[in-house]
Amino acid sequence: MNLGVRLSGIELRNPFLLASGVLGETGESMLRVWNAGAGGVVTKSIGLSPREGYPNPVIVVLPHGLLNAMGLPGPGIEEFAEEVRTAVEGGAVVIGSVFGAGPDEFARLARRMEEYGVSAVELNLSCPHARGYGMEVGIDPEMVREIVEAVKSAVGIPVWAKLTPNVADIRPIVEAASGADAIVLMNTLRAMAIDIRARRPVLSNVFGGYSGPAVKPVGVRLVYEAYEVTDKPIIGVGGVTTGEDVAEYLMAGASAVQVGSAVYYRGVEVFRLLAIELSHIMEEEGFSTVQEMVGLAHG
Amino acid sequence: MHRCVRIEDVRREARDVVSILFRDPCIALPGQFYMVWLPGHEEVPMSVSFTGMLKGITVRAVGPTTRALHSLEADDRLWIRGPYGRCYSIRGSRPLVVAGGTGIASLAPLVEEHPGDVLTLLGARTSEDLFFVERLRASSEVWVSTDDGSEGHAGPVTDLLERAVEEHEPDIVYTCGPEAMMVKVYAFASERDIAVEASLERYMKCGIGICDSCSVSGYRVCRDGPVFSDELTEIYEFGRFRRDPSGRRVPI
Repeated sequence: MNLGVRLSGIELRNPFLLASGVLGETGESMLRVWNAGAGGVVTKSIGLSPREGYPNPVIVVLPHGLLNAMGLPGPGIEEFAEEVRTAVEGGAVVIGSVFGAGPDEFARLARRMEEYGVSAVELNLSCPHARGYGMEVGIDPEMVREIVEAVKSAVGIPVWAKLTPNVADIRPIVEAASGADAIVLMNTLRAMAIDIRARRPVLSNVFGGYSGPAVKPVGVRLVYEAYEVTDKPIIGVGGVTTGEDVAEYLMAGASAVQVGSAVYYRGVEVFRLLAIELSHIMEEEGFSTVQEMVGLAHG
Repeated sequence: MHRCVRIEDVRREARDVVSILFRDPCIALPGQFYMVWLPGHEEVPMSVSFTGMLKGITVRAVGPTTRALHSLEADDRLWIRGPYGRCYSIRGSRPLVVAGGTGIASLAPLVEEHPGDVLTLLGARTSEDLFFVERLRASSEVWVSTDDGSEGHAGPVTDLLERAVEEHEPDIVYTCGPEAMMVKVYAFASERDIAVEASLERYMKCGIGICDSCSVSGYRVCRDGPVFSDELTEIYEFGRFRRDPSGRRVPI
């Protein structure tokens, strides 16, 4: 079965990309995920300077999902060059994720990523737990519009805007981001967990982002809503664990998906498993291309 | 979520080393680790040093978190998740175990569980830093070395390798300790075509194989390791560099 898709001008061998924040900090890990069958790998979100992230605990394993507040750790854009080059030279399709405090920072970071050879750049407008970054800039439609415009005029590669679910209405944000070449929905849901015996929040940062199977219906809803207000391709993220989840996101309007927490649930092999599972669904349901499934639930 | 366990016993093993024992129904195999959390402090990975009905970790006081763990007493509570990671495999009939410093914490339960004829080489800075010697003597032959010569051979534990291989003729080598020591053990055994299992340590955050902070050449120490064997030939970082919490490379 041919699972290839064309997304914002990039040919992908399948629609399953590694989501940002999971195994995307070292070049060799990105290459491993690529070799395990991912259609592309999105790097960890990188900023201008090195950041250690928050102290442990940074993750809580919950019954139906994962809660994390890593705190955007990363070596900074200059040192990250080597990691991207390792992955790109190994043949991987790499999407460089960046986070900044405003349009200028995003543009500078995106230019560096372009120099490193990434196929597209993904703007992190949505991390739910880093002060001054991510969701704090991504809930303001005007700021989103300015950042997207600044990056679009700074680079020649496709620009993807990754948005936050932590807003009352996603549609104004999607419209503001529609200058980008693709919309990525969604980042994690802002959440927390309290250890009742310790009588305190588990995460050192108190708040974190919730991901995994529990949040999939929220992601599907957001993709469905976004599909109604934008002509740009949408990349669905949030709880994708099986081939059925992929098909559901496609029918909601996504042209591809990203996979994060499922690397924990099913291992790095999850990309091969998704390819097999989606192929079976397509055969049973009579689809010959992934594109045929996109947006079908809209009637 | 973490499991909250009650501490059954705290044993002083050496001048700055204690073992903390608690009851946990989960199976823990030698080489695996717990993520251990004392609320108010950082959560840290700790090798399982006792794997029976009573589980245990063995902690050297090196920083604020480990010093806080040292203040615990029987009946206090401790928060854990795991055990995680790949254990040592039980193989060979004449294992050689080479431990440096607190590396013996992860190897001691292996020495006890391995059905073969075990020789243990145990290195420490001084006689006051040595621990588990009697425990190990119950199930293996033990040769000791100290850097200052206060007990056993005077010098690094790797000085004992030549004679150990000659007299014991090992068919598998297990090692845990300072990375420079493990590199020497690995090179020594590999030249003689003896398989090696080494337990690596890297800065660890999630412990469950997703955050990439402990990865070495694409292998996650927390999930693909911490015990590595054939992969060691592919792990370029082994003995060369580690990464700090931001992911920057730091020479070893």
